[in-house]
Parts: sequence; C-alpha cells; structure tokens
Amino acid sequence: MIPKIRAHGLSFYYGAVRALDDISVEIPPNLVTAFIGPSGCGKSTFLRTLNRMNDIIAGTRVEGRVLIDEADIYGPGVDVVALRRRVGMVFQKSNPFPKSIFDNVAYGLRVNDMAGSRPELAGRVEASLRQAALWDEVKDRLHESALALSGGQQQRLCIARALAVRPEILLMDEPASALDPIATQRIEELVYELKKSYTIVIVTHNMQQAARVSDYTAFFWLGRLAEYGRTDKIFTNPAEKLTEDYVTGRFG
Amino acid sequence: MRGRSLDRAFQALALLVLCLALAALGALMVDLWRDGAGRLSWDFLTGFPSRRPENAGIWHALTGSVVVIVVTAALAVPIGVGAAIYLEEYGTRSVTARLIEINIANLAAVPSIIYGLLGLGLFVRALAMGRSVLAGASTLALLVLPVIILSTREALRAVPPSIREGSYALGATKWQTVWHQVLPVATPGILTGAILALSRAIGETAPLITVGALTFVAFAPDGLSSPFTVLPIQIFNWVSRPQPEFQVNAAAAILVLLALLLTLNAAAIWLRDRSQQTLR
Repeated sequence: MIPKIRAHGLSFYYGAVRALDDISVEIPPNLVTAFIGPSGCGKSTFLRTLNRMNDIIAGTRVEGRVLIDEADIYGPGVDVVALRRRVGMVFQKSNPFPKSIFDNVAYGLRVNDMAGSRPELAGRVEASLRQAALWDEVKDRLHESALALSGGQQQRLCIARALAVRPEILLMDEPASALDPIATQRIEELVYELKKSYTIVIVTHNMQQAARVSDYTAFFWLGRLAEYGRTDKIFTNPAEKLTEDYVTGRFG
Repeated sequence: MRGRSLDRAFQALALLVLCLALAALGALMVDLWRDGAGRLSWDFLTGFPSRRPENAGIWHALTGSVVVIVVTAALAVPIGVGAAIYLEEYGTRSVTARLIEINIANLAAVPSIIYGLLGLGLFVRALAMGRSVLAGASTLALLVLPVIILSTREALRAVPPSIREGSYALGATKWQTVWHQVLPVATPGILTGAILALSRAIGETAPLITVGALTFVAFAPDGLSSPFTVLPIQIFNWVSRPQPEFQVNAAAAILVLLALLLTLNAAAIWLRDRSQQTLR
C-alpha cells in the first residue's frame, strides 16, 4: 500500500525551541490515523505541518520532508494555497465565520473558483451539509447566522465547510474536545462515514475515542514519535512500556 | 473585609472622577447655551460674515468645515486603512518595520501646528495647491493619518486568529482572507477609530490657519480649489473682536460646532452597530 502522507526526518522549531524531533511516519490512505499523547507532546504541531498551517506563525522552521502522494509539500515552488485546498482542516475550537450558514460552506468554493453557477453552488453546499450530517437541521435556515448554531452543529458546519472544497485529506485537531458526549458521538460516526472517501488524521486527548475511531495510532512523547502501529496493537499489546503506561492511564 | 472596603473606596473615587469630568463638560455647555442659544436662528446658520454682529452668519464656515472634513476623510481613511493592512498583515517583524511603527506612534503625538507648517511647505507651495480646500484637507489628512493607522491596526489585531486560520485552511489566499473575513470583522473598530480621528480634525484651527484658511470669507466653498474657512477659525476670529455681540456669535457658533461633532459621533455609533448586526 502506498502511503498517502509520508513524513521523513521531520523536525520543527518555534524559534530556538524544538517542538518536533526527527519524526518519520507513513499514513495510509482512506483510513483514520489517530495522534495521541500528553499536552505539549507535539501532536497538534505535527498535524499542522501537514497542511503548512504553521507557516503563518512567525519564527517557525521546518527540517526534513513531508510527502503527500510522494511529492514534497515543503519543496521549492509548492503552492501552499493549493495544498491547503487538498488538505482540509477542522480545528479544536469550532471557528465558523461570522456569516450565514450558507456562506460559511460556500466561502471555500468561492475563493477557489469552484462556485460555478448559482444552482451549482447551492447543490454543492447542500451536498457538503448532507455529508456532514447537518442538512436536516439547517435546511430551513441556511441564511441565518452560523453563530446561532449549537457547539456540535458549529463543529459539523466546519467539517461541511472543509469537505466542500473536495479535499483528499482531512486533518482534525481534537474536533470533539469541547463537545458533550452526544455531539461527540455524532462527530465520531461522521469520521467513520468519511474515511470511505478521505484520508483522515485526528488528534485526540481521549484514549477511548482513538480506540473507537482509528485504524492506526501514533503515540507522541516530548516531540518524538514514541510508537506507531495498528490501533488494536497499540492499545492491547504495545511494544513500548511508555505507550502501555499512557494508554492504560497510568499518567497523562 | 479590608479588600471589600478598599473596593468600595475605589468605586466611590471612580464615580467622583467621572462626576467631575461630566460637571466640567456640563458647566461649559450651560454657559455656552446661556450666551449663544438666543442667537441661534435660520438666518444665523445661512448668513455670511458681516461687520455688524447681528447680521453675521456662519454658512461659509459651516459648509467649509463639512467640505474639508469630507475631503479629509476621503483622503485619510483609504490611505490609513491600507497602510494599516500592509503593516499588520503583510509587513514582517523586521527592524525597518519596527522603526516605522515607532515613527507612526510618534507622529500621532506631534503638535498640529507642525503639520500646518508641513502643509504650507508641501501642499500650498511645492504642490502649488494654493490656499484651497484641497490643501487644507490634505494637511488635516496627514494629521489624522497616524491615528487612523494605529486604531485600524488595533481593530485588525482584535480579529480572532481562528477566523484567519479557518480561511487559510480552506485554501484562501492572504488577500482573500483579509478582504472577506478580517476586514468585515474589523470594520466596526476601524470606523470608530476613523470617526474619532475625524472628530479631532474638525476642531483643529492651528494647522488650517498656517495653510491659509482665511479668517474672513464671504462665500461658501464651491470646489476643491476654492478658498475656505472653517468653524473653529470663525469662532477664533469672533472671540478676538472687542464687541460683546461677536462673543455671543462665537458662543452660538460653538454650539453649532458641538452639534456637528455630536452628529458625527452619532453617525459613528450607528454605523458601528449596523455593521455589527450584519455579523451576528
């Protein structure tokens, strides 16, 4: 199987502080890969190197390579804007734009010249909202403010927004950490549905969530990749003592 | 227990300071009203200056003030907002950028008469605009530019980073992000800053005297190259006359200037609330 994403000797610096140390990992296509580890271990930083989101933070530096479909995304002449369309992202805190529900989903299409005619745009927006399992709840108020939605709905709106531009990869940075158990369950069901069409990488603090939704799990520790493998193996028979202590809740 | 009485004391002190400030303003208003209210009339508003105080009006100065402030806004707001966007969104954290930043903050504190001298040298003489509305408005635009840049930067900085990240993550370019997401959110703050800056400009006298706004103009401005005067200069002129009737005229003109200022501020609040509503 050819990996969708391949990081090779990746190190990352905030100024002089090294946040990631020589990470090498292969992420398979059309499966869910979970990043776990204690706060500050680098899992979110690593996630954000995959769509070069860290570029907008001043004073950061990347060493090593990240390949998507075997092409280096940090290579010379790479169009970061085009990269981010291919690699969608959902953030920890839902961040709908202060616009209508419709405009939130349509925004990505408009800025990428994918909007087409009015009925085409409306069709794409509907399809994305359906994919994110939000359509039935919002179809009668598409032109009301997105900020009036509940937290769980806002997060699903952000997922719909990310899906609208037809990415290949979906990065999710603790997408359910601010949600109640019911809303969390809906997001997890959604992740399960979406992996049919997308490669999904999800950062989570919640061990059970990683065990439930992911196929592969990467355990980060102090900026290093401590262990990586199939989720069932990481949770039942890890190779490292550190991993076992973490997943069994002995610390962290 | 002690913390609570301290808290009370501080609250009382704050209230006292507020009352003092309001009392000073109130006394000024009452005094002006008593002196000038009787002089306010349609004829006063639409009249032109005259040697006889009872015939004198302020139409020339009122229209002058309005025209100058409109042209000032048209010059200073786009340039100021554009400069702020560049500094905040595109500028790097280099030494040059920091130097520019410090300079802008310093410029905001330069006495207005200095801007008047600059305006005289640059706009009136070098660019040969003469003693025109355009020269006066350009000078005032320079005067308020630093304030507009600083307040716009504050407004841009107050836009949550999560909105920018959300936009970038969808494959939006920097300009698309600024134009579609950052600016709409920052607009209320930008407007407030711009209107406060223009409120300052509308009360300025010194720089306009230096660039040659006339103290006696018998006509309303009829274009950008027209000579002009503004309300503060007319007031200054009347106050310096010996006849007490002109003092009454000055008080009445101050009332009109205050009304103009309040209208401007009210417009700012209305605009701000309106743009906030469309966001929520």
